[in-house]
Amino acid sequence: MLSALLVMLEIAVVLGAVLGFAAIKFRVEGNPMVDKIDAILPQTQCGQCGFPGCKPYATAIANGEADINLCPPGGEEGIHKLADLLGRDFVPYGGDIAPKPKSVAFIDENDCIGCTLCTQACPVDAIVGAAKQMHTIIAAECTGCELCVAPCPVDIISMIPIKETLTTWKWKYPIYALSPVK
Amino acid sequence: MRQLFKFHGGVHPPTHKEQSSQSPIAQAVLPSRLVVPLYQHIGNRAKPAVEVGQRVRKGQIIGMPEGSLSSAVHAPTSGTVAAIDMQQVAHASGMDDLCVTLIPDGQEEWIKREGMDYLSINKADIRFVLRMAGVVGLGGATFPSDQKLRPGKHKIKTVVLNGAECEPYITCDDLLMRERAEEIIQGAEIIRYMLDAEEVLIGIEDNKPEAIAAMRLAVNARPRSASADRMEVIAVPTLYPGGGAKQLIRVLTGIEVAAGVRSTDLGAQCFNVGTAYSIYRAIAHGEPLISRIVTVTGNVAQARNFEVLFGTPAHELVSQAAPLPDTNGYLMGGPMMGIRLPSEQVGIIKATNCIIAMSDVLFPPAPPALPCIRCTRCAEACPAELQPQELYWFAKAKNFDKARKYNLFDCIECGACSYVCPSHIPLVQYYRFAKSEIWDQESNQKAADAARVRHEYHEFREEREKREKAEKLAERDRAAQAAKAQKAAAPPTLPPAGEVANVSPCAAPADADPENTMQLKIQRAIEQAKLQAATTTPKNTEQLTPEQRAQIAAIEARRAHIHELASTSVEASSAMLVEANTEVKSQPPTQSPQE
Repeated sequence: MLSALLVMLEIAVVLGAVLGFAAIKFRVEGNPMVDKIDAILPQTQCGQCGFPGCKPYATAIANGEADINLCPPGGEEGIHKLADLLGRDFVPYGGDIAPKPKSVAFIDENDCIGCTLCTQACPVDAIVGAAKQMHTIIAAECTGCELCVAPCPVDIISMIPIKETLTTWKWKYPIYALSPVK
Repeated sequence: MRQLFKFHGGVHPPTHKEQSSQSPIAQAVLPSRLVVPLYQHIGNRAKPAVEVGQRVRKGQIIGMPEGSLSSAVHAPTSGTVAAIDMQQVAHASGMDDLCVTLIPDGQEEWIKREGMDYLSINKADIRFVLRMAGVVGLGGATFPSDQKLRPGKHKIKTVVLNGAECEPYITCDDLLMRERAEEIIQGAEIIRYMLDAEEVLIGIEDNKPEAIAAMRLAVNARPRSASADRMEVIAVPTLYPGGGAKQLIRVLTGIEVAAGVRSTDLGAQCFNVGTAYSIYRAIAHGEPLISRIVTVTGNVAQARNFEVLFGTPAHELVSQAAPLPDTNGYLMGGPMMGIRLPSEQVGIIKATNCIIAMSDVLFPPAPPALPCIRCTRCAEACPAELQPQELYWFAKAKNFDKARKYNLFDCIECGACSYVCPSHIPLVQYYRFAKSEIWDQESNQKAADAARVRHEYHEFREEREKREKAEKLAERDRAAQAAKAQKAAAPPTLPPAGEVANVSPCAAPADADPENTMQLKIQRAIEQAKLQAATTTPKNTEQLTPEQRAQIAAIEARRAHIHELASTSVEASSAMLVEANTEVKSQPPTQSPQE
């Protein structure tokens, strides 16, 4: 009887030690879910979700503080992916949130006064310029977040939708008539 | 007799080749204008190298290659550049792309051409010559040949020369082999030399006996001494798509190229016979790639092969083969893999091996598709050993990850599956759709990853700048403190009159910690300000007229009232403000003549 108890106790102690060791040794820094969600988000850093960037939104989703349908640049596909990852149901966009066509910002360089406000607003450092010098967008790096549009004191930044070219053209989903079954 | 191997699946569509293979290659008539696209190859679009109005000679570069994977584009004849603009090109999208429009002057005045002996120059130079001569794969993929001739990690044992030409209707390689076998063989020699290969295997489908005979003759006619290497013409069984690179390599060498592996990793490299011919012309004669053999067939009275300058409008070429009146469109390429030309105005490009005039009799509209019955006939026909019915399922459901897991990217879009499908489902369209969606997703993912890195760096930079600023301030503060401490330690000089700080009891000790000294400083500043406020009196408040005093009193009263209201509610206060404003306006403006 006593020996049995001792054996059980010993097993409990050993297993407890193993678990305790594993908890310290294999400790995961941060929430791994955040990174997984962040990998799905489009990284436009536009803040249209109401969070100051994609990572904060990912954190909010992971903590259950935000819904998965708040990211317009991610498109419905993004919502599908998030739903898959989190094991939730697909939710369509709510309210006034709607995906826009992909665009890049454009600065009318003739009228730029060199105030540097747009450079400060750009989350991905895609605007080149210095104080009292003309500014311009590096189109290849622009995520189309529109954060530079509002701060411009002379209203010369516009969003230009990206046109489809021969190299970005996609084959369309086949549409054809099915013959009715008699 | 060489042992041949088999690839999986394959189909036997009617070949229709005899229609165009009866007459020799004809030189196409010089068209009224040439519309030459600058993007005719895989890689980067060539950059315009001429200006509008400029006169160019035949073979002059009009598009410079840009980046490592690109190729030059040349003026197909002498003439004047009429425009460099966006025009519709021969592409499935029917979209516009940058083209150079050339008006020929009919003089065919060549640039200076210099041939060279390939054995006397180094291989890098040969590759450069080919790049500047615009030589690309003419089998349909238009991959720049200089890139294919670079020495890779793996030794190339076998060069496969592809003369299979498996697709129905097309006979351009057949005729080229019949008429220009010697030049093809010399091109093959250059390829073999460049890759240091041991053998050259020339695969030709056995439905082209004339081509096989001509090529065998040319191979045997080579000077024996020149090569200990082996070069062999091999007749392969006619089976579509036996002309696919992987399939032909499989048949000739038995090498099975697995998913995600390149044939070069396994020691085999495949070139089209037309490519070998243009490599020879470029090296031995200094002639850039400005024309190719194009089969014009289908619903025409005189189907045959033409040597066509790039940029020749499709309708000007087809008119030379007398199209029949019921022609209702043109296919570029064969009936299995070709695309419908978006218009008959578009120019012939390097990828154009065949133009087929279509009619409802030749190509009846596809019967309406029926649901997939999972008969797996497509899987039996698939030369890439895929499961087309599964891929169709996934592509239709837009389940791209799954489609990819089922090796969608091994699909060569040969159309064998659609050909055998009893339900007439346009399977290849689904695969093309899925592929381009996946490519798009990939490029979006790449852009997102780049943006993430840039954003993280942006945040890191902002953080660093903030830190540096704070450090700088602290540094300055410390220096000032040190200076002051020094001053305090030194025998006190006469303090400036009126400085209260020095007489106040809270003089900072020299070794006080910075936070403490900061608070002391603030304290001192506040005291000084109070003292100043007490000593100074408002200046211009005496000698006011009674009206002015009344006005001040009214303003003070209003201000007090507003303060009171502001704490209750925003709306109320703003309304009050409006009221107050109107009050001010209603008052008669009083002027003070003094000042």
